[in-house]
Amino acid sequence: MNPAPLLRKAAEPGATTLETEVLIIGGGVTGAGIMRDLALRGIHAILIDKRDLCAGASGGNHGLLHSGARYVSNDLHSARECRQENELLKRMAPQCIEQTGGLFVAVEGDEPQFAEQFPILCRQAGILCEELPVAEAKRIEPHLADKLIRAYRVPDATVDPFRLALENVDHSRAINGSLYRPHTEILDFQRAGGEIRAAICRDNRSNSLLTIRAGQYVNAGGAWAMNIARLAACTDVHLLYSKGTLLISHDRLTHHVINRLRPPGDGDILVPGGTVSVLGTTSIRTDDLENVRPTVAEIDVNIREGMAMVPALAGARYIRAFSRVRPLLQSTGNTDDRGAARGFVLLDHKDQGLNNFCTITGGKLTTFRLMAEKASDLVAARLGNHQPCATAEVPLPHGESCRWTEPGAAPKYWFKANNPDDMILCECEMVPQSAIDQIVQCAPGVEEEMTLEAIALRSRAGKGPCQGSFCGIRICSYLYDRGYYRDSTGLRHMRDFFNERFKGQRTVIWGQQAAQMELAEALHCGLLGLDSLENA
Amino acid sequence: MKDEPRNFTTKLAIIGSGIAGFAASIFAVNRHIATAQIGNTGAVAYTTGYLDLLGKMDAATDAVTDPWQALEELRKKQPNHPLSRVPVADIHRGFAEFTAFLGECGIAYSDPGDHNITALTPVGTLKKTLCVPATMAVGPRAFAARMVCVIVDFIGLKGFSGREVVANLRDRWPELSSQRIAFPDMPHGELYPEVMARALEVPATREKLAEALKGAAGPAKIIGLPAILGMHCPDHVRAEMERLTGLEIFEIPTMPPSVPGIRLRELFEQVLPKRGVTLIPQQKVTALTFDDNGATLCLSDSYGPIRVQAQAVILATGRFLSGGLEAHPQGIREHLLDLPVTQPADRDLWYRERYTDPRGHAIHRAGIEVDGAFRPLRRDGQPYNAGLFAAGIILAHQDWIRGRSGAGIAIATAFRAVAEAERFIIARA
Repeated sequence: MNPAPLLRKAAEPGATTLETEVLIIGGGVTGAGIMRDLALRGIHAILIDKRDLCAGASGGNHGLLHSGARYVSNDLHSARECRQENELLKRMAPQCIEQTGGLFVAVEGDEPQFAEQFPILCRQAGILCEELPVAEAKRIEPHLADKLIRAYRVPDATVDPFRLALENVDHSRAINGSLYRPHTEILDFQRAGGEIRAAICRDNRSNSLLTIRAGQYVNAGGAWAMNIARLAACTDVHLLYSKGTLLISHDRLTHHVINRLRPPGDGDILVPGGTVSVLGTTSIRTDDLENVRPTVAEIDVNIREGMAMVPALAGARYIRAFSRVRPLLQSTGNTDDRGAARGFVLLDHKDQGLNNFCTITGGKLTTFRLMAEKASDLVAARLGNHQPCATAEVPLPHGESCRWTEPGAAPKYWFKANNPDDMILCECEMVPQSAIDQIVQCAPGVEEEMTLEAIALRSRAGKGPCQGSFCGIRICSYLYDRGYYRDSTGLRHMRDFFNERFKGQRTVIWGQQAAQMELAEALHCGLLGLDSLENA
Repeated sequence: MKDEPRNFTTKLAIIGSGIAGFAASIFAVNRHIATAQIGNTGAVAYTTGYLDLLGKMDAATDAVTDPWQALEELRKKQPNHPLSRVPVADIHRGFAEFTAFLGECGIAYSDPGDHNITALTPVGTLKKTLCVPATMAVGPRAFAARMVCVIVDFIGLKGFSGREVVANLRDRWPELSSQRIAFPDMPHGELYPEVMARALEVPATREKLAEALKGAAGPAKIIGLPAILGMHCPDHVRAEMERLTGLEIFEIPTMPPSVPGIRLRELFEQVLPKRGVTLIPQQKVTALTFDDNGATLCLSDSYGPIRVQAQAVILATGRFLSGGLEAHPQGIREHLLDLPVTQPADRDLWYRERYTDPRGHAIHRAGIEVDGAFRPLRRDGQPYNAGLFAAGIILAHQDWIRGRSGAGIAIATAFRAVAEAERFIIARA
């Protein structure tokens, strides 16, 4: 088994060819999970994404590790899958998970019958569900509404999808040199004789072409899976797109995950994450995969619904909002997108005349490992590899350079290291210089010129209340100091970083955030002139 | 025990301690008007030291080289802009008076000239401004003449990188290089410009730094530093450093809160009381009412409630950062008097999609309306009160951030507001 890819110059100058056993397209948690599953079976893979890890739904969700209780009323199969994977992941990847527990709460006006059925359905799915007296629920969660009428506790937890993806990719690299390439976009497939011979890709930063030859090709493109399948002339992937918008509060309002005990709707779930809470979500049919942004209307509806469970949401300070697209498997006659099964589907494309291409799509964050297992089983069998899946037995190791996404990791580290020369660059999240050094040197996906956005993805820099307004400047000047930037590229990255952060802030700028943004814009545009770099 | 309010009476009360508020106090002092000034002085510390009159007209035009010419165009294109409603002669006089006052009090500034100065930023971009502190003046001159120069930065000072400045200017200023040194007696840990500036008020520190600077300069005769040349007497500190090193030295502003902004705040807080202004710098006015006798301002400090009676009031409370305006999800409010705020119809229109869109964001153009005498208007279009005036960036129809016109708007409108307030006070006498 050849552990390292071969780099070969093809006939045309400037084009490069890489070879591997499996090409995985899509750097969400599923793609990253497949990469590791295959590596554990001794199979080498290259993972590509046209942007970076978790750029799709994997990076835009609540971070909820479902107990499964949310699906007992409309999708018992998914509910059971979630329960199993929830228990498994808590053992396999504890460093990515906070075991918060979850509550399902009904308030005055919610259907009493739904609340009655709930524990019965949970039992059917094998999900632990314990009724709490309302007074007890309010004792353990003081922010719950006074008009609470019912409460149940379930084993929900929270999970960091960024860290999951990073750790999976990092472990794959350690096992057999499997490779992750960000900003690498699939343009076309070369098909011949019932198989795909090569994938033609483009590096979107350098604009250079890249050919990847593999034995097997896996489409883990999430919402983009239909588009990618069509490049291979496969017409058997049918997806609808549903946009969801969530918002992040400055303060962590609850210890547990709080779910609304009613048929799924907007603003139903409030999930804690480190020092913040995440409120969502909406579900709006969309055709646009690329330009999804939060709208003021979605923000307002999330807050209006959420405040019925947790009134403090009405006056909370929000630091940003974000939107992503969920792929929904199209089924006929079903007009309610939330009712559409959130199960996943694995297509082997045999009836499309291909024997080395498969697509895995649908599903949810909680079941990523299972999705990866199913896809890897198919791929391995097609390669004649009979190693069984090991991801349910081999725990995910802690990658040194992957830990910086964990809330609180940076301050703990800095405090223990007690090194006065290791300066704090992001003061909201206490991210020190050494973390930045480590990330630019060895984090998964590291490359010649990492953008500030890529560094932020691999750390918590910019995730605090200032959303990078100050630390973006400090990190950028630090990178100039290190010789990493040598010309105005650094300024453009800094501008792009602020523009990217702003997409999340735009719809939640009021109160203190408005004051914060005024200062930030005065600094970035008024003083530094980042709004007129081209004309400078 | 309820404290008895301390009462006192004055002619003019200025609410707000930003550039507009302080400029108004200076103009009032120069005209011998009994004045009280109240307000939290946070925002001034965030200024860079540069005094911008007008740096950019709009997205379509380049940075402004001749602000006086640009003001003529602004008058035609944006007649509602606060700068369009102040005679150019007054703007010039306002800047001259403001900078003269600062010079008398120990922070020399360049006189307002015919053209903007192309000044340096901490990341190596360029910025147009009208007046620079004397401690910064050599920088633009050295840049314009492409003189050999070394930017010196310090181990442990984050957010200021000499390499960054050089990297971004190297195409236009190849004679620029950088060196990093340790600051005397601060070899470890994080450094803060404020601490360094105060340390340089001590002769011994200056001597040590001078030695290090001479080493770093090499063959260059000009050195650029982050803004750390003293807190109270920056001109003296700079002169001393130049004497000790035999070099020309200039400062570049750092990220806020930066020393030049803190210098201004401390200067105002020390000098204005000596010139007769009753200054209450750390408190906010909680209530403002008007009756036939004039205005009553309510506030309190740690000793208890205070009541100020004044004949005229200038509202210079700023925008969101200083609390003059509040952004609520339902709309923008002026909270002290609930003055009507001209604003976009919907929160969705406050900000464009792209943060650095050159056209700027509509939220910044929101603000209160004033008449020709700079009196805030009620909903019916009438002045709220004959004795109430407003100045500074709380006014609508301007974007001080993208226009690079914060100090310009503050000084120009404060000049007019004080003139009108004076007229009002005299008429009542």
